[in-house]
Amino acid sequence: MIDLSTTYLGLPLRSPLVASASPLSKDLENLQRLEEAGAGAVVFHSLFEEQITAEAQSLDNFLNQGADSFAEASSYFPDLPSYSMGPDAYLEHIRRAKKMLRIPVIGSLNGVSSGGWIRYAREIQDAGADALELNIYFLPTTLEVDGRATEDGYCRLLEDIKRKLTIPVAVKLSPYFTSMVNMAFRLYRSGADALVLFNRFYQPDFDLETLEVTSNLTLSTSDELRLRLHWVALLAGRIKADLAITGGVHTAEDVVKGIMAGAQVTMLTSALLRNGIDYLRDLETKVVDWMELHEYESVGQMRGSMRATAVEDPAAFERANYLKVLGSYTLSR
Amino acid sequence: MNRPQVTIDGNEAAAYVAHHVNEVIAIYPITPSSAMGEWADQWSANGSKNIWGSVPSVIEMQSEGGAAGAVHGALQGGALTTTFTSSQGLLLMIPNMYKIAGELTPTVFHVAARALAAQGLSIFGDHQDVMAVRATGFAMLASHSVQSVMDMALIAHAAALETRLPFVHFFDGFRTSHEVAKVEQLTSDDMRAMIGDDLVRAHRARSLNPDRPVLRGTAQNPDVYFQARETVNPFYDACPDKVQSAMDRFAALTGRQYRLFDYFGDPNAERVVVLMGSAAWAAEECAEALLARGEKVGVVNVHLFRPFSAKALVDALPRTVRAIGVLDRTKEPGSAGEPLYQDVVTALQEAGEFAAWPRVVGGRYGLASKEFTPAMCAAVFSELSQPKPRNHFVVGINDDVSHHSLDYDAAFSTEDPTTVRAVFYGLGADGTVGANKNSIKIIGEDTDNYAQGYFVYDSKKSGAMTISHLRFGRKPIRSSYLISRASFVACHQFSFLERIDVLQLAETGATFLLNSPFGAEEVWDRLPRPVQEQILAKRLRFYVIDAFRVAKDNGMGGRINTVMQTCFFALSGALPREEAISAIKHAIQKTYGKRGEAVVEKNFAAVDNALENLHEVAVPDAVTSSVERRPMVSAQAPDFVQNVLAPMLAGAGDGLPVSALPVDGTYPTGTAQWEKRNLAQEIPVWESGLCIQCGKCVMVCPHAVIRSKIFEPELTASAPDTFKSAPARWRDREHLRYVLQVSPEDCTGCGLCVQVCPAKSKSEVKTKAINMAPQAPVREQEQRNWDFFLGLPEFDRSALALHNVKDVQLLQPLFEFPGACAGCGETPYIKLLTQLFGDRTVIANATGCSSIYGGNLPTTPYTVNHAGRGPAWSNSLFEDNAEFGLGMRVALDKQSQYAAELLQKLAPAVGPELAEAILHADQSTEAGIQEQRGRIAQLNQKLAESSGPEVCDSQLRDLSSITSALVRKSVWILGGDGWAYDIGYGGLDHVFASGRNVKILVLDTEVYSNTGGQASKATPRGAVAKFASGGKQSAKKDLAMMAMTYGTVYVAHIALGANDTQTIKAFLEAEAYDGPALIIAYSHCIAHGYDLIHGLDQQKAAVQSAYWPLFRYNPELAVGGKNPFQLDSRAPALPLEKYIYNEGRYSMLVRSSPETAAILLGEAQADVNLRWKLYEHWANLSYSNGGAHA
Repeated sequence: MIDLSTTYLGLPLRSPLVASASPLSKDLENLQRLEEAGAGAVVFHSLFEEQITAEAQSLDNFLNQGADSFAEASSYFPDLPSYSMGPDAYLEHIRRAKKMLRIPVIGSLNGVSSGGWIRYAREIQDAGADALELNIYFLPTTLEVDGRATEDGYCRLLEDIKRKLTIPVAVKLSPYFTSMVNMAFRLYRSGADALVLFNRFYQPDFDLETLEVTSNLTLSTSDELRLRLHWVALLAGRIKADLAITGGVHTAEDVVKGIMAGAQVTMLTSALLRNGIDYLRDLETKVVDWMELHEYESVGQMRGSMRATAVEDPAAFERANYLKVLGSYTLSR
Repeated sequence: MNRPQVTIDGNEAAAYVAHHVNEVIAIYPITPSSAMGEWADQWSANGSKNIWGSVPSVIEMQSEGGAAGAVHGALQGGALTTTFTSSQGLLLMIPNMYKIAGELTPTVFHVAARALAAQGLSIFGDHQDVMAVRATGFAMLASHSVQSVMDMALIAHAAALETRLPFVHFFDGFRTSHEVAKVEQLTSDDMRAMIGDDLVRAHRARSLNPDRPVLRGTAQNPDVYFQARETVNPFYDACPDKVQSAMDRFAALTGRQYRLFDYFGDPNAERVVVLMGSAAWAAEECAEALLARGEKVGVVNVHLFRPFSAKALVDALPRTVRAIGVLDRTKEPGSAGEPLYQDVVTALQEAGEFAAWPRVVGGRYGLASKEFTPAMCAAVFSELSQPKPRNHFVVGINDDVSHHSLDYDAAFSTEDPTTVRAVFYGLGADGTVGANKNSIKIIGEDTDNYAQGYFVYDSKKSGAMTISHLRFGRKPIRSSYLISRASFVACHQFSFLERIDVLQLAETGATFLLNSPFGAEEVWDRLPRPVQEQILAKRLRFYVIDAFRVAKDNGMGGRINTVMQTCFFALSGALPREEAISAIKHAIQKTYGKRGEAVVEKNFAAVDNALENLHEVAVPDAVTSSVERRPMVSAQAPDFVQNVLAPMLAGAGDGLPVSALPVDGTYPTGTAQWEKRNLAQEIPVWESGLCIQCGKCVMVCPHAVIRSKIFEPELTASAPDTFKSAPARWRDREHLRYVLQVSPEDCTGCGLCVQVCPAKSKSEVKTKAINMAPQAPVREQEQRNWDFFLGLPEFDRSALALHNVKDVQLLQPLFEFPGACAGCGETPYIKLLTQLFGDRTVIANATGCSSIYGGNLPTTPYTVNHAGRGPAWSNSLFEDNAEFGLGMRVALDKQSQYAAELLQKLAPAVGPELAEAILHADQSTEAGIQEQRGRIAQLNQKLAESSGPEVCDSQLRDLSSITSALVRKSVWILGGDGWAYDIGYGGLDHVFASGRNVKILVLDTEVYSNTGGQASKATPRGAVAKFASGGKQSAKKDLAMMAMTYGTVYVAHIALGANDTQTIKAFLEAEAYDGPALIIAYSHCIAHGYDLIHGLDQQKAAVQSAYWPLFRYNPELAVGGKNPFQLDSRAPALPLEKYIYNEGRYSMLVRSSPETAAILLGEAQADVNLRWKLYEHWANLSYSNGGAHA
């Protein structure tokens, strides 16, 4: 009997297959199906502080528009008794999900203001989330802000939040740090209970007909896994925070690779959006099949088995890697 | 008993009682009573219960006629039932009112009394509407203040049950319906005590019930009808005493004693004024002042007008009275006197016992909310002291035609110096009125002060000026008129100083608060000279704040409301500063709390930062400015504009004498061009090198302020230096120049033109061919350029391809600068209509937004071309517009037919060839129409020259009077969805069936926009609207499909923002079709809840989602064996939610009731899918062989 169980953020999970933050979590029925399909845990879609503020402003703007300006119409909308503004709907969703699900529910937060981060983090905790994933992404665009200042900002924020929370906290990272390993270490020292590698971002594209900048997120492919494997393998065993892989996990082989690199969990978004929730069940079966075929007993046994410090040639994860690949590419032509 | 003190307006006071003591409420929006229905609907939606513990059923009807029918039915069903209305709405209820009264059915209609449409429509208050129903058999009870509205509402309901008579409870529209005042709120216990449950049960027992069947509504013959009509007399005879008894019981409960005729004044008065409504308080204020001078005067405030108790009136009058002046707030042309006057005369004749018979005279005052002040009342008292007081006088206006007006001393004032009297000049968009409503609530509810707020608006929907009048103090406030002497004046917009006299009302020593971009050191020299003069002469204390900067710095944009409100409290001393700030913040939390914390926080920040930016100005002792106020209109404007319209624009219309105004409500067009409103902070500026001259910006401009022309290059020789032009990009016209010009002082800055512009710079894509830029630096130069542009010749329309957007931009719009909302979605369609057909169009316009921006004085956007031709426009009513337009068509056709008949007869005299050419002219093209106009000119010439025995002179003259009917005319019937889908649908349907050549343009905003966004049958499923606050549960009516089922109606479904070419095509085809044509035009609207700069994008999304499919149904195609139904848009490419959730009207339901929103979204998507399938199937049908093979 293959043992798929793992732990993440101190939470026991039946499987390392975790549903990552995605629109799927917005629907209670989907959450139920994810649990039934075998998800070890579910990470909620992010609560975006910026969006909360924007929605409040937008509601205010349109309710004010034209009001008290014209004798025949002092307003253009009924004055409804209440609006579920701010985080209310999100928090209520967590509360309902917690009532319904047995698997851990991990909240996700993308804040803007320091007050907002802390307040909403507390509220997510109070709503019953088992853990919180911080979706931090400061995008310094001013010429004067250097990398150190940005990194310090991450750590300060994390420390502030950790002081206010009792539930474990994961930090979802961007891959764009000059010194990724050091940054991971600093976050760990600032209190991160887990690091999630890596966030995928909306990136601008150009519409050549309308000459407009378009921004959207395409679904990932397995190719994107390599970046994650690389850094998880380098970090595994060297810091005590849990590691999670998100982005590029599509197949059973991807899951196995992720665990071998050292991840406690492998998270899925694009694979589920593309193939449907039931794909999770197939994936688990295939992981089990693979493990059986290769005579692995448990995820624990497999985890980190190919981390940088566990492989014969750790240089594969370092600079030499580049040269080798380049060489092999040339030969194959 | 301790009752809550609330600060509310008259509408809320009436609705509050009505909602508590009724089971069924039938509603329909009409100004100024709409808010009563809105309150009732909202309370029921929120689950508020009546005094019996049940939530009243509120139902919106399709018209007031429908509401009255539903009320009648509900009453027959045994439910306690009420309704609310005004003006034309009440007129539509008349037939049912006779029935309800004839059947002795208790109910109360609460009426915010309003003027009637006669020579012109007016939304404002007087008693013309209620006087028109005085014969129906309804009892009529008048209230004069917000408190009395609440009280009389209950007394009316109680008395109705006791007397079995239906009641009209009325109060003055706006003056009372919209006045915010501190009142004592009645409790449920009060209402229970007044409404007898046994009477309620008796009412139920009279209902129709098959378990104890009866018959009502019989047809009666001459043998008994008369006697049966007389059976009700005892009920009417008993009514006054029963009403008084209800008033007495009410007094025992509340301590407020009313009488059928309340008397105020000297018990031995010799002169008495009798009147009803809000003016009674102004009259009492006046009488009080005169009493203090020792004059023997009194005022009778009439409450129960029907049944009119002669005895009670006579009892109310002092025996000593020598002269009575009866004031009617109505006019009955041709009558022996207005109704109250006639009743008083009759009452005295029948019941009076006086030592010396008093002389009774009648007069009119206050029509359409014309002010009635103590000064005017003093003039009446003064007239009564004459040996032979003038009868049938008017007061408050200068009647220099019939010479009926009484002069009055405007300096006579009863303003209480201990009452704070504050006047605020603001813009609609800056939130001034909202803040003042809030302030008056704070003062009313957080202090012991009495408080009153009243708000005056202009009739524009963009850039509208508001004037708030706030009174508060330790003494009760009876001043039912605008503040005439202000102790505090605030001007929230610096630019007002150059247009209007904001300090006119300031009294000596008053405080003046100015929102100024210039600081305390600099502001003095920036003020116009007259402002400086008044500050010095009146020794004003002068304060400034740059509220826009404070608001902007705190994320408030242009909303300076809380900043100015904080300053007002600080300067007025209504509350200690800290208490005031705390109260303001409490009010902010209460008002905005549910909109989200970010909104509350920015308002708090604005409050916190206000006072440190408030500075007193050290006023110098001399005038330093030479800047004068700008004239309201240019010196080039015609006399009528200079002499009549300009004073109206300046807010001085009250001073115009009767002789200044047209006798029959006929006004010149082409007047909006003189009203330079100068609203835009930013205007579009043209990059001629980038422009591809597509004309889209011209097409979408809602205000016709961006225009283009092509012209001979040599004409630029005399152009101003900054005038721009570019080589014309037209095939075969490359030698010409092209200009795209903006009228800087007419632009509203909506930005739609820039949004639609497709041309972008190759090196910096954010730069388009037009870009918004600050107006001030280019205002003068662009005004010169605009004037030059107007002088350039119009291009020959007959040489243009009218189906091309590019060519249509060159057509002169005959609809310009409407006062519609900035970015309005309706007006581009009307403008296009006038570009294509305006010089031969007659328009019948339903009441609504389009009639307000189209025909609300002072100015109209409809204008004329160089030949003096342009749309002739009229508004009849809301409900009859289709029939009104049809009548116009019938008349034009008749005249055309008669002219043709005469021409045939007179052919020998005018020349057979000319006659033949005229009679058989092809007028299907612009060229053909122009040729026909040439022939008609010749004909007119010939007719003028023809005479002699061989021709019939009268026929010649007849033909001369109607030759223009021989040129093709277009009749357009315009209106919104409230008209077309609801109140006017019956008539519209008949017009469809008539087969007559009329064109119907429905400007579909999917709500009653003009009255504030109430749901119509065009409101889509899932959208929140007033009267559908839980989201509309049913699908939008498919008006197009209904019209198409006739098979003989041309129908087009269009959305300019999605497909401008299809829009033009639809207009051209509709006009060309010899029969009825219906165009349903998607019109984005502020009632949709988003920034209208995205209006065109939303139109696109509506079409892409197939929510708003584009199609045309042309019956002529079927004649040729083709499918008449053509789909012009593609299959759904966007989920409905991607379209609708960009709009607040939908997204607010997600916020307030997500489960309902999800269900309605699902159903709405299914509606779209099904409708698309149906349309797609139809579009693919084969019509060959009579459609046998689908």
